[in-house]
This record gives sequence, C-alpha cells and structure tokens, in this order.
Amino acid sequence: MPEPLFLKIADTTPQLSWNLFDDLAALFHYQFMVHAFEAGTVVALVAGAIGYFVVLRGTAFAAHALSHIGFAGATGAVVLGVSPVFGLLAFTLGAGAAIGALGNRLRGRDVTIGIVLAWTLGLGVLFISLYKGYATEAYALLFGEILGISGIDVAITLAMGVITLLALAAAYRPLLFSSVDEELAGARGVPVTALSIGFMAILAVAVTEAVQVVGVLLIFALIVTPAAIAIRLTSRPRTAILVSALLALAFTWLGLAISYYSPHPVSFFITSLAFATYLLVRVLGRLRPAAAGP
Amino acid sequence: MNQAVTAVTGAGLAAGYGGRPVWSGADFSIQAGSFTAVLGPNGSGKSTLVRLLLGLLPPLAGRLEVLGGPPHRGNPEIGYVAQGAGFDPDFSIRGRDFVGLGVDGHRWGLPLRGNGAAVDEALRSVGAEAYADRALGRLSGGEQQRLLLAHALVGEPRLLLLDEPLSHLDVRNQATVVELVAEVARRTNLTVLLIAHDVNPLLRYVDQVLYVAQGAVHKGRPEEIITSRSLSRIYQAPVEVLRDSRGRLFVVGLEEEASHPHA
Repeated sequence: MPEPLFLKIADTTPQLSWNLFDDLAALFHYQFMVHAFEAGTVVALVAGAIGYFVVLRGTAFAAHALSHIGFAGATGAVVLGVSPVFGLLAFTLGAGAAIGALGNRLRGRDVTIGIVLAWTLGLGVLFISLYKGYATEAYALLFGEILGISGIDVAITLAMGVITLLALAAAYRPLLFSSVDEELAGARGVPVTALSIGFMAILAVAVTEAVQVVGVLLIFALIVTPAAIAIRLTSRPRTAILVSALLALAFTWLGLAISYYSPHPVSFFITSLAFATYLLVRVLGRLRPAAAGP
Repeated sequence: MNQAVTAVTGAGLAAGYGGRPVWSGADFSIQAGSFTAVLGPNGSGKSTLVRLLLGLLPPLAGRLEVLGGPPHRGNPEIGYVAQGAGFDPDFSIRGRDFVGLGVDGHRWGLPLRGNGAAVDEALRSVGAEAYADRALGRLSGGEQQRLLLAHALVGEPRLLLLDEPLSHLDVRNQATVVELVAEVARRTNLTVLLIAHDVNPLLRYVDQVLYVAQGAVHKGRPEEIITSRSLSRIYQAPVEVLRDSRGRLFVVGLEEEASHPHA
C-alpha cells in the first residue's frame, strides 16, 4: 500500500497513525481545532441551506459580490481598530439591501455588480495599506482563517447561525415561491420585494459567517457549490436543502481533518473537495441522462 | 348571488403606466362560466388588462369589479398563468412541489400540514400525474403548461387568467391545452380569460372576444369582431379576414402591426 504523501512532510504537522480513534482524538486535542470544528459546523449548515435559494434565485454572482464588498468593510474596520466582523456585516448588509431592493431589475446586471465589486476591492486594498502592513490580516480575510477562531467568535457565529436558520424557516414557503416564479408569487400576494431585501439581508449574515471559514474569495465553495450539487441529485426542495447543508458540512469537516495532518491550508481542501464532488456528480449525471429523478 | 351572473365588469375603464394610458374607455362585462379570448397585436395592452384584474396595477380611470368586488392583489379566487412562464432545462423542482406552492406558497413558515390531497386532485384534473414527480426543467413545453395550469387551478379559483399559454406550444399541444381548459371550466363553472395571438385554436370554445388595439378594448362574439369590416374599423385601415376550407381565420393587412398571423 503506498504511503500518503503528507506522511513524508512530517516536521511541523501531526503524524497520522493507523489507529483511526487515535487520529480522531488527536484532531480534538487542541482547543483551536475544537473551535474550528464548532464554527465550521455552524457555518457549513447555514451556507449549505441558504445556498439552495441562492442557486434557485440565480443570485450566485450577487452572493459573490456581497463577500467582496464585505472585504472593504472588514479592512476598514481593522483600520478603525474594530473587529473586522462588524465592518464585514455592515457592508454586506448595506450592499445586500441595495441588491435586494433592485430585485428583478438586477437580472443581467453582472457588469454593474462587477464594477462595484472591483471598486470595493480597491477600497479594501487602500485600507490595508493604511493599516501599515499586516498582510496576514488581509490574507485571513481573503482566504479564511478558521484555525484562528476564538471561543467568543464561536459563540457569535452560533448566534448568527441560529438567527439565519430561523429566518430561513420562517420565510420558507413564500421565499421558495418567489424564487420559483416571482410573477406568480406576487400575484398570489407574496411581498416579493420585501422578501428579496430580507433574503439578501439573511445572505449578508451568512456570507459574513462563511468568510471566517473560507474567506472572501472562496465563498462560492460553501454557498454555491454544495447547493449546485444538491439540485443535481434531487428535485425535492426540502431534500435538496438538507443534502446541500450536509455536503457543506462534509467538505468542512473533511477539509479540517485533512489539513490537520498536512501543511496545506484548510481552504484549499474545502474548495477542492467541493469542486471534485461537483465534477463527479456532473460526470455521473452525463453517464446517466435519466437521473435527477425525485 | 349576483356574482353568478357577471364575473368581471369594466366601465369607462382606462389602464396605463405612469399616467400614460395604454387603452381607455373600455366597457365590457364577462359572464360567469364563460370563455373569453383576449386578442390584439403585441404591446396593445392585453397583459395590462390581466394586471388590472389581478390587482397588480390600479386603473387610471373608470370602474372595475372582479368577482363582486374591487380587484385586490392575492385574490385566492383567481388562478393565473403568467406570460412566458416556463422552466429552464436545469430547473430542478418537481411539478408536484410547484403545484403545492399554489396551495400554501403564500403562507409563512415551513409546511407543517400536507397539501397532498389538493395537489393530487389538481394534477388529476389536468392529467399530469404521470410526470408530476419529475423535475420541471426536464419536461416538454406541453407538460410544463399542464403543470402551470394545475398550479393555477389548485386553489379552486372562480376566475382563470391565462396570459399567452399557447405561444410556445406546437399546434397539437395548443389544441389539447385549450380543450383541457375548456373542459375544466365547464365542469367547475370557471370563468376563463385567455390571451392569445391566434384565435383559431380557440374558435370552438370561445364565447366572446375582447379585442385590444389602437388604445381601445372592443367586445363582441368572435364572428362579430373578427371580420373584415370590424377589424378595418378598429384599425382604420383596410384589413381583410380570410377563411380557409377548415374554417380557420386569417387576418391580412396587419403585417406591420405584429409579426404573428394573429386574428
């Protein structure tokens, strides 16, 4: 049996033994890993669930833009000496409300969104330079830094996660209706514009959380990819939401576990697992064209 | 039960956007249980009439009564199939779930009580049980149209508004969908307003025509409205209605009004 590559790079990373229970125990030996798993679990469940609606509503690019706009807020907060989470939340909420208010008129406005997000990224770069150089802070925001998460952060993440999931559950039916067909939902009395704004606000909170795990640039891996896989596996909305959340959870847990025994970053493993699974499902779907049943 | 006589009444009705009328001075009434075809060229304001009935747009002037009251958004007694409704090939939601949204999709919260019985009934009434558990995006245009119809019918409406339900269907599917609508309407005493480009698939079933053109709404029986004289008067231009050996009507002289050979 060939030895896994990461066993050879042994100096700074923990050794993987052949005893699975020892390996699992080692995973949770350090407090920072426990925190990472706790926060990762909450974020994955929230991102996977809300991702279903993002994919259904065709607002994947808007979700991507939210995180980039949030980057300017986060770096701005660092300059002001405030926790980046607050800046992130303020900017994503503001941008989310604006995008939500534009609603349907935003369809096909990729160019406008792209122009705004490029500008806000530039703003973020300015803020980083004003902060006189801590590149690690910017790096953490861009690519995620789940291993540095504190106990307080976990508690905040949990609270935000519970609020997001409750809001999603409360709006479930009209949100699904307006995501499927805004015209029909509006005629039936669903407040589609208010829902659109509300959804983007919930998404803003979810994005803010997910940035801690995978960072601004890799947000797609947790919010869009699991949902995109799920809708290829089932056409039942509630099943798809569950599958999407569980996939996001699996990618996060596996990514954390693998990275613990390797010198490479968590984000790389999470995004790669998500991408590989997506690829697999697409290839299998092509081989079995009659798939995507109930 | 005065609603049993008239389902919709418009008097001196005007409609438009931003204060600019699309059409005005419309007087019409629609009998309960009747089948009305709404015809007219593109952009003449056919869908605007539907938006008025749905309460999505207030009238600019005049009086409009729908099922015995003023129109209001979210009226559960109206079933609606929107224009251009249809689903992308990637659209991964079952027809059954889509029809279920017609039952309780406007209510907040998670679906705790099942809506299976009503959904099954609606699926049966349009004959869509066989493919109701497949993803909508994988169904044909005709199958999607039946599920859109089931969605509109599931709340047991008294008025059914169909905005160009035939435009993306082939001739055979057009005939089956119209026949289906007429059959359900007869069985449940449903009032139907159907917007169409071509009156021919509807001719056997239509009780009256609302012809929307030139800023006005003209009302009459199809054999009164779709004649050379009546259309020439509406357009104030020489228009000729020809009839082929099967009784199908063709309007000649409106090629610049619309690209379709509508009547």
